[in-house]
Amino acid sequence: MNLVWTIAKRELGGYFTSPVAYVFLVIFLLLAGFFTFTAGAFFERGEAGLAAFFAWHPWLYLILVPAVGMRLWSEERRAGTIELLLTMPVTTAQAIIGKFLASWLFLALALALTFPVIITANVLGDPDNGVIFTGYIGSLLLAGAYLAISCMTSAMTRNQVVAFILSVVLCLFLILAGFSPVTDLMVRWASPAFVDTVAAFSVMTHFDGFQKGVIDSRDLLFFLSVIGFALFATGAIIRGHRAG
Amino acid sequence: MIRIDNLVKTFGAKRAVDGVSFSVERGEVLGFLGPNGAGKSTTMRMITGFYPPSAGKVTVGGHDVTESPLEAKRLIGYLPENAASYPDMTVRGFLEFCAEMRGMDAPARKKALARVVERCFLESVLDQSIDTLSKGYKHRTCLAQALIHDPEVLVLDEPTDGLDPNQKHEVRNLIRELGRTKAVVFSTHILEEVDAACSRAIIIDRGRIVANGTPDELRSLSDVAGAVTLHAQGASEEKLATLGRVEKLNGSFRVYPADKAASAELTRAIVALADREGWKLDALRTEEGHLDEVFRRITLPDTVKRNG
Repeated sequence: MNLVWTIAKRELGGYFTSPVAYVFLVIFLLLAGFFTFTAGAFFERGEAGLAAFFAWHPWLYLILVPAVGMRLWSEERRAGTIELLLTMPVTTAQAIIGKFLASWLFLALALALTFPVIITANVLGDPDNGVIFTGYIGSLLLAGAYLAISCMTSAMTRNQVVAFILSVVLCLFLILAGFSPVTDLMVRWASPAFVDTVAAFSVMTHFDGFQKGVIDSRDLLFFLSVIGFALFATGAIIRGHRAG
Repeated sequence: MIRIDNLVKTFGAKRAVDGVSFSVERGEVLGFLGPNGAGKSTTMRMITGFYPPSAGKVTVGGHDVTESPLEAKRLIGYLPENAASYPDMTVRGFLEFCAEMRGMDAPARKKALARVVERCFLESVLDQSIDTLSKGYKHRTCLAQALIHDPEVLVLDEPTDGLDPNQKHEVRNLIRELGRTKAVVFSTHILEEVDAACSRAIIIDRGRIVANGTPDELRSLSDVAGAVTLHAQGASEEKLATLGRVEKLNGSFRVYPADKAASAELTRAIVALADREGWKLDALRTEEGHLDEVFRRITLPDTVKRNG
């Protein structure tokens, strides 16, 4: 556990010694603000809640989370530091979890910095803060799921751009499978059971509940298993490279 | 400390390492020689547990690297090829991180840091970020990382690559000194390093060990080893030819004995001959052989060998 934390600390430090962290935080907050207040019509809705804020997160994260995750392993492979890291007395699992946790913490920080939106809602009206809280939990889990996928694609290649594109495509699939315009189209030719099955793989379906203030164990399980599966796959990919 | 048994590593159809066996004890410095792509780095990556072997076995300090990797890795300090390190960290931050990964607490880290910084001459760059350093400093930073936990086994992949002659000299001295108390394996393709630092050397070519011995033993594999070269006024090739095969160099002659071990007899015979014939001997020496010649002869592809 100590080693996981040591690796996470180094990784987190890496974000802040390069411009990555600052550029990311500024852009994330600007975009989150833009989508919430302008595109999401926060003020015109006439309701005290953060629905306009959270509804955009799957799309916002689609671009931004792969940007955070793409360097995790591809950079280690490109620079050759993966050899240094994995010949130290750590297991591959510890290294993967440490690096994942570091980026997840970083995303949590970015998310925490959106606190003014909570204050705004509370000043202007009387929102249900419980719903806001579950919304944040859901958003963090959503970010974690995307991040784990980026972690996996990052392990596949030395090239950060390739890792980025692969993970955007995979995450996009996870959105579209349950995105209502897409499911509406599918209903025309597929049986409802089939559509529901496909939609069950979507982050949209599972993020919905959190936005409504419900923490359903199935939704929780979905996000945690996406994270678990993607990190497990990361391990298999890294071992695969070394096995030759 | 290191025991390697019939090690094989295949990448697809290519056998990068093909049945390599050797062992290194404490107090030994093993030089690992070979042309580029001979399998040196691959072997070292298997010793350090980065690559799992396709077949065969590596044990370090009695721990099988595949079965109990953590115990084995704890004993090893490793300098990977190209001395990779995290470019955005400072030297201090990087070494602190490595010490922490080796499970040292804060006071132990401080001590270890002071020790390796002195050893590797890093004092002046301690708070610079690694990507601003020159190649020599980057290299020494990575070497410092390998030494930080004072490991019993050192695996160094081309430790002098990219260093200037003074730095090379320092690193070789360091390796020799470390070799007194540790088991050291280092790879190189610079032959003079074998003499400068190794107690034993292995030459590897296309994944197989082609020679194994002390630097002197390897040298004696050379064609000229045991030959006697003389420079004498009045010397004649025909007279010398009665003692062995003669090669004419500019102004001097080199006589090859029929049996390499008989070079002492040959020397005496030449002195007696010169005495009898009234030659004035200016210089006389027994050839020890050249490592580079041995290296070339053993590792050149067969086609090149035949042509010359």
